[in-house]
Amino acid sequence: MPRTIVPIGPYHPLQEEPEFFSLTVDGERVVGIDVHLGYNHRGIEKLSEMKTFDQATFVVERICGICSTSHPFAFCQAVEDIFPMEVPERAKYIRTIIAEGERIHSHLLWLGLAGHFLGYNTVFMWAWKLREEILDVMEILSGNRNNYAMFRPGGVRRDIKAEDIPVVLKKLDSIVPTLDMLRRAVMDDPVLHARTKGVGSLSKKDALSYGALGPTARASGVARDLRKNCSYAAYDRVQWDMIVRQNGDVFDKLVVRVLETFESIKIMKQCLTALPSGEIDARIKNVPPGEGIGHIEAPRGECFHYVRSDGTNRPARHKVRAPTFMNLPTYKATIVGATISDATIILAAIDPCYCCTERLAVRDTKGTRLYGGEDLVKLSQEKTQRLRKELGVG
Amino acid sequence: MGVKLNALLKSPWVFHLSTGSCNNCDIEVLDCLTPRFDIERFGMLLAGSVRHADVLLVTGSANRKSMERVKKLYEQVPKPCLVVAIGECALSRGMFINSYNCPVPVDKIIPVDVYVPGCPPRPEAIIAAITKLIGKVKKGAEKS
Amino acid sequence: MNRETVLQDLRKKFSGEIVEFMEKSPKRVYIEIKKDSLRKWASYMIKDLGARFNIASGVDSRAHIEVLYHFTLEDINLIISLRVRLKKTDLEIDSLGAEYPAANWIEREIHEILGVNFKGHPDMRKLLLSDDWPEGVYPLRRDYKEWDPNAIRDRGV
Repeated sequence: MPRTIVPIGPYHPLQEEPEFFSLTVDGERVVGIDVHLGYNHRGIEKLSEMKTFDQATFVVERICGICSTSHPFAFCQAVEDIFPMEVPERAKYIRTIIAEGERIHSHLLWLGLAGHFLGYNTVFMWAWKLREEILDVMEILSGNRNNYAMFRPGGVRRDIKAEDIPVVLKKLDSIVPTLDMLRRAVMDDPVLHARTKGVGSLSKKDALSYGALGPTARASGVARDLRKNCSYAAYDRVQWDMIVRQNGDVFDKLVVRVLETFESIKIMKQCLTALPSGEIDARIKNVPPGEGIGHIEAPRGECFHYVRSDGTNRPARHKVRAPTFMNLPTYKATIVGATISDATIILAAIDPCYCCTERLAVRDTKGTRLYGGEDLVKLSQEKTQRLRKELGVG
Repeated sequence: MGVKLNALLKSPWVFHLSTGSCNNCDIEVLDCLTPRFDIERFGMLLAGSVRHADVLLVTGSANRKSMERVKKLYEQVPKPCLVVAIGECALSRGMFINSYNCPVPVDKIIPVDVYVPGCPPRPEAIIAAITKLIGKVKKGAEKS
Repeated sequence: MNRETVLQDLRKKFSGEIVEFMEKSPKRVYIEIKKDSLRKWASYMIKDLGARFNIASGVDSRAHIEVLYHFTLEDINLIISLRVRLKKTDLEIDSLGAEYPAANWIEREIHEILGVNFKGHPDMRKLLLSDDWPEGVYPLRRDYKEWDPNAIRDRGV
């Protein structure tokens, strides 16, 4: 077999472990799914109570590495909601720029992983190579490739220098042609259509009853985006479109994310050119007693933080709800009834933390373990090869 | 042991193990595969199964649910095997040192050979750490 | 539908079940409700107003344990949080997870980290904590103490 398969770990071929996803199959069909959480549980809510408000911003950055800006953003909004207060205009624009940069890198990361699961390893390499350009942009703006540490309750911690803006704009323009090529590759490929259309469909009714969020819901016809409905930061001062599709299958989720990347580049460019001058920090001295809620549109959906303060410099309670928490239960509706070779792409379609998706086990109705995570990825890649032959594509 | 390891390290197969992390270090490890950093030019490949691994890349702060799993996986790895702890969480749990779900650092569960600090460390740092480790082992093998 | 009519209707329809109605800001409303009326409120919010169940937060506020249920009305940019105060000697409340799939997992989480009992929940298993976590120890309570003698809490330098 030629070395085209890029195995991405971690794979855990242990027999008696409770896996993250445990699928039960009958022949070729999935008849049940059970999800086991807790492998990444580090007690962050309790940790926040031991830190000051400023320190808690750094703790929440490390909840998830991919959406590492969304959690500080929502937390800072929650603390500002306790007063309630508004941050300075320049800070709003800078927050928008950083949040959209993160959205682009997160969607490109997902595109690469989806390509890998389907057997398109070129898509994986291209998408991650393109992602490096965005990480360069973020490094110019904030100083680091990830964990930007730009947010603070009351504003942002660092300013954007005027001489950086033309460099960043040029880099953003240079990304668009390659992104367009990826978009056309995705939208026009017949094998991809055969693999993803009609697969893992989430109906609008199910999306609403499970409380699905983000692209997972927007692909099922739920026309809601916090950046439009509950507008915050600078989103209502720039022109952009909300992307909604109707079928709720994996293809629609793919299309929503790819098109959202273009909208994010538009938002970033508009914010960079229209950046107002002024203060970047409202300089909060003391947080009054009270409670506040902050919610923002992370790449995966709504990120929700609830903070209660008792007048000291530490939160009295900090509740964190990541968007994947509401999207994961939708598997009961999407994967039951699908075939095993479609299992990995349906699991990946809601964009969960990738580290959890391959910790997978498939059992038959009597409980005998049949496959592990890497076997399922292989099955998925083999199905693509078969379809390629059937459709007579190169 | 040194000579045997030296032979294996001509083209080390790395296996990536996450013990409960935020995934930032894991993504930086995956970034090493991508065209910009490309660990394959050093002969390194990402192994699909732990039984083919020569070098174990460990990330994460070893929370209670994953402790047993880590121990079992380490027992399955064919020795000799080098363990590289990547990121602050794998070093000493970083900011999660007081978390109720992270009782001990990773090096109390399995022996660690190289520590790579950073939150997360850049892919260049990870590649540098592995090449430094290989160089050191090779020198140690030449001496014996 | 606008904010004023929604809040007016709530005050009128549930006048007997409201303990405290706090309009904190144009986008945030916190209503403390009587424990037994929770299911009526949830049904009205989800079925009649079309609100989305966002999440529930459990808080240990020394004298009581509070559970806040957050509902989002995106179209008018309003979050209504229903607060239920439970005495520490009587930590029981009706489960919403049985009827609304969106509330299923968060009730499992609040049960294991704060010790609240949700009556009628279809699947009350542990969600996040490991199986060897001792019974009756709730991490997010204020009186939580380190129970593991093997835990290492210093860096050794």
